[in-house]
Amino acid sequence: MLTILFDGVAYGMLLFVLACGLSVTLGLMNFINLAHGAFAMAGGYCTVILVNRLGVPFALGLPIAFLVTAVLGGLFERTLYVHVYAKPHLDQVLFTIGLVFMAVAAVDYTMGSSQQFVQIPDALQGQFNVFGIGMGKYRLLIIAICGLLTIALQLMLSKTRFGSRLRAAVDDPRVARGLGINVGAVFGITFAFGSGLAGLGGALGAEILGLDPTFPLKYMIYFLIVVTVGGTSSITGPFFASILLGIGDVAGKYYVPKLGAFVIYAIMIAVLIWRPQGLFARSTAR
Amino acid sequence: MTSAAANEVAAYLKRRARWSPLEIAFWVFAFATIWLFPGKYLILKDTAILALFALSLDLILGYAGIISLGQAAFFGLAGYFSGLVAKYGIINEPLLALIASGLAAAALGFVTSFLVLRGSDLTRLMVTLGVSLMLGEVANRYSNITGGADGLQGVDIQPILGRFRFDLYGHNGYVYCLIVLFICFVLARRVVYSPFGLSLRAVKGNPLRAAAIGIPVKWRLVAVYTFSAGLAGLAGALLTQTTAFCSLDVFSLDRSADLLLVLIIGGTGYLYGGLIGAVIYKLLQDWIANLTPQYWQFWIGLVLVVIVLAGRERMQGWIAAARGALEDATARVAARPAKFASDRQ
Amino acid sequence: MEKGARHALIGPNGAGKTTFINLLTGVLRPTAGRIFLEGRDITDTLPHERVRLGMARTFQINQLFLDLTPLESIGLVVSERLGSGADWWRVIGTKSAVTDEIVEIIERFHLADVMLDRVAVLPYGKQRLLEIALAFACRPRLLLLDEPAAGVPEAERHELLATIEALPAEVTVLLIEHDMDLVFSFADRISVLVNGALFVDGAPDEVARDPRVKAVYLGEEVHA
Repeated sequence: MLTILFDGVAYGMLLFVLACGLSVTLGLMNFINLAHGAFAMAGGYCTVILVNRLGVPFALGLPIAFLVTAVLGGLFERTLYVHVYAKPHLDQVLFTIGLVFMAVAAVDYTMGSSQQFVQIPDALQGQFNVFGIGMGKYRLLIIAICGLLTIALQLMLSKTRFGSRLRAAVDDPRVARGLGINVGAVFGITFAFGSGLAGLGGALGAEILGLDPTFPLKYMIYFLIVVTVGGTSSITGPFFASILLGIGDVAGKYYVPKLGAFVIYAIMIAVLIWRPQGLFARSTAR
Repeated sequence: MTSAAANEVAAYLKRRARWSPLEIAFWVFAFATIWLFPGKYLILKDTAILALFALSLDLILGYAGIISLGQAAFFGLAGYFSGLVAKYGIINEPLLALIASGLAAAALGFVTSFLVLRGSDLTRLMVTLGVSLMLGEVANRYSNITGGADGLQGVDIQPILGRFRFDLYGHNGYVYCLIVLFICFVLARRVVYSPFGLSLRAVKGNPLRAAAIGIPVKWRLVAVYTFSAGLAGLAGALLTQTTAFCSLDVFSLDRSADLLLVLIIGGTGYLYGGLIGAVIYKLLQDWIANLTPQYWQFWIGLVLVVIVLAGRERMQGWIAAARGALEDATARVAARPAKFASDRQ
Repeated sequence: MEKGARHALIGPNGAGKTTFINLLTGVLRPTAGRIFLEGRDITDTLPHERVRLGMARTFQINQLFLDLTPLESIGLVVSERLGSGADWWRVIGTKSAVTDEIVEIIERFHLADVMLDRVAVLPYGKQRLLEIALAFACRPRLLLLDEPAAGVPEAERHELLATIEALPAEVTVLLIEHDMDLVFSFADRISVLVNGALFVDGAPDEVARDPRVKAVYLGEEVHA
C-alpha cells in the first residue's frame, strides 16, 4: 500500500518535470503544443546514446540531455513555432501533431522500433527497506531530483527578475508588453527551458515509463491532463495534479489492472466538466 | 423596386442551394469509377469510407467550429457494434445492421455532446480524445467479447438484402459504400443549406450574437454533434462490414488525427472538402507507401507542418479559385449541347 | 416603460448603461432584484428565450456574423423567429412568408445594394445598420439599442439616424447614446444613470433644464 504511494509520488514527480514546460507555453501564449512529448523523447534517446553507446557516466548524461533538448527546443521555437502562435487553435493542433508524427517516424528510422533501456549504475539499483516499505533506490533518486527542481523552479519564479517578468507575461501579455517586457524573448527562453526539463524527465523516466518511438503519442494525453487539470496560472497547480495523477495511475493499474487507464480518463473528463478552467485555477480566471 | 428586390432575394436563396454542374459532374465521375477502375476496388472502397468519415468531421468542425480529436470514438463504436451483431447473428441483414450501428453511434454522440458543449478548444480536444481512449480501454478490457488486441474475428457478413454477396474483388462492397456515401452526402447537404445549417454557421461565427437573436446555441450544437456522430458511425460500420474484421486501432488517436489531415487537405466548411481530401490522401498514401512503406507517418507529419506554415487560408483560396475555374468550365460544357440544339432548329 | 415609448438612457462613462442592458437580456445575472417584462418575471429565463418573449438588443461593439451575407444573416433571424430554425430539411427561401419579410427588412435598413456581400467587407455604417436590422428582425416589442451611432462616420450618419427614427411606432425602444442630438430629437423620455443608480428621470425638456444633470453630465460635455 505505502509502496504504491511511494511509486505513485515518484511517477507524479516525473510527470511534473515532464509537463511543467507545457503548462508555461500554454499559459503564456495560449498555445496548444501537442509535440511536447517529442522533446522528452529526444532527451531519453540522447541519454541512451550517451550512456549506452559512448560510455558517458549516467550522472553526466542527465545534464547533457537537458542541455541538448533545451537547445533543440529553442531552435524549433525560433524557427518554426513563432510562425504558429498567432494562428487559430486548429492550426496549432495540426502543426504540433505533424511534428509528433515526424519525430516518431524519424526515431523509428534511426533507432529502431524496439524499446530502449538506459544502463543505470549498479549503485542505483535495488531497494531500501524502511519500516517494511520497499523503496526503489532509483525512484528515490527521481523524487530527490524532481523535488529539488520543483523547489528551484518555485524560487526562480517568485524571487528572480526573470521570474517576475514571466509571471507578468503569463498574467496579461498585452500589459506586460506595454511595460516594456520583451514577451517574445521571455517566451523563447521559457520554451527552451521547458523543453530541457522535458528532456531531463525523458532521460530520468526512460526506466519507468519505457522509451520507444511512440513515446510522444503515448504520454501526450498524460501531459495534457496535468496541464488542463492543474491549470496554467501557477506551477503548484500542475504539481499537485501530477502527483495525484501519478498516484491514481499507479494505484489504478495495481488494483484494477484490467481497466488500464480507463479510470484516469474518466476522472479527467469529470474534472474538466466540473471545472473547465482546471482544478487548481483561480476562480476569477479570464 | 420592391418586387425587383424580392425577386432577387428569392432567386438568390434558391440558387444558393441548387446543385451546380460541377457537383453533378463530380458524382457522375464518382459512380463512373465503378466501371473505370475495376482492379482498384479496395482502395476505392477505403476512400469512400474515409470520405464519409471526413464528411462527419466537417459538419462539426467546418460548420459548428468544434475541434475534435475523438471522432474515432463513434467510428470505432459502430465498427464493433456492426461486427458483433453480425458475428452473433443478432442482425443478419447488413443494411439493417448498418443503420442500427449508425444509431448506436449517434446515441453515444448525443450523450457525449453535453461534455463538449462547455469549455475552450483545449478542453474540447481533451474530452473528445479522452472519450475515444476510454472506449479503446473498454474494448481492450472485454477482450473475451471484442477479441482484444487480436481484433474481432469470425465475422460473417450476409449478402446485402439477401442478394448482393460481398465478393472477393470488392465490387459489391465498393458499390455499397459509394451508395451509402452518396445518400449521407445528400442528407448532409440538405442539412447545411437548411435554416438549421445556417444557424450553425452563425453559432460558429459569433455565439454571443447567436443567442441574442434567439438561437438556442446549446441544442443546435447537441443536434449537429449527434448527427455527425451518426455519420462517423456509418463509416465505421462500413469498414467492419466490408472487411469482416474490426480491431482496437479503430479508436486510436492516429485515426482521428489523420482525419483532421484529410479534412484540412480538402478544406473545411463546404462539404466536398472531406471527399476531395480523402481522394488526395489515399493517392498520396498509395504513392508514398510504395516508396517507403514503414515511414509513411513521417511524410504525413511533414504535410501537416507544411500546410500550417504555408497558411491554410491561402490554400483554401487556391482551392476556391480552382473550383471557380472548374465551375465555369463545366457550365460552358453543359451549356454547349443546349446551344447546339437551339442552333439546329 | 410604456408601450411604444421612445426612452433614452444616458449617463457619463462607466455609469452602468451597458451593464443594465446585459442584465435585461440575461447576459449577466443580477446579484439582487428581479427583472420583469410585461409583468412577467424573467430573471431566470435564458437569453435566447427572452428573445422569444419579445426583447432584442444591439451591441455597442458590432456582433455580426462576418462570414455570412446580410441576406443570410437576416434570413437566419427571420426563420429562427418563425420557428423553422431547427428545420434541417427545408431549404431556406422556399417559404414566401420568410422571403417577404427578409425583403421588407433589407429595404427598411437600406441594405439592398450590399445584401450579397460578406458582412466582413461592408462599410462600418452598413454594418451598424445590419446590427440594428438583426435585432429588429426578431420582431421585438422592446428593442434595446446600445450606442447605435457610436463611431459611424459623418457621411454615413444621416442614413442611420433616419432609419432609427423611422422604426415603427408599436416597437418600444430603449436607446443608450452619447450623441445628444440624437437623444433629444428621438426620445420622449430620458433617464440619467450615474454610478449605477437612477439619477434623474423625466421628459427631455425637464431633464435638459435640470440643474443637477447639467452639473454632472451636460456640464462635462460642454467642457470636454
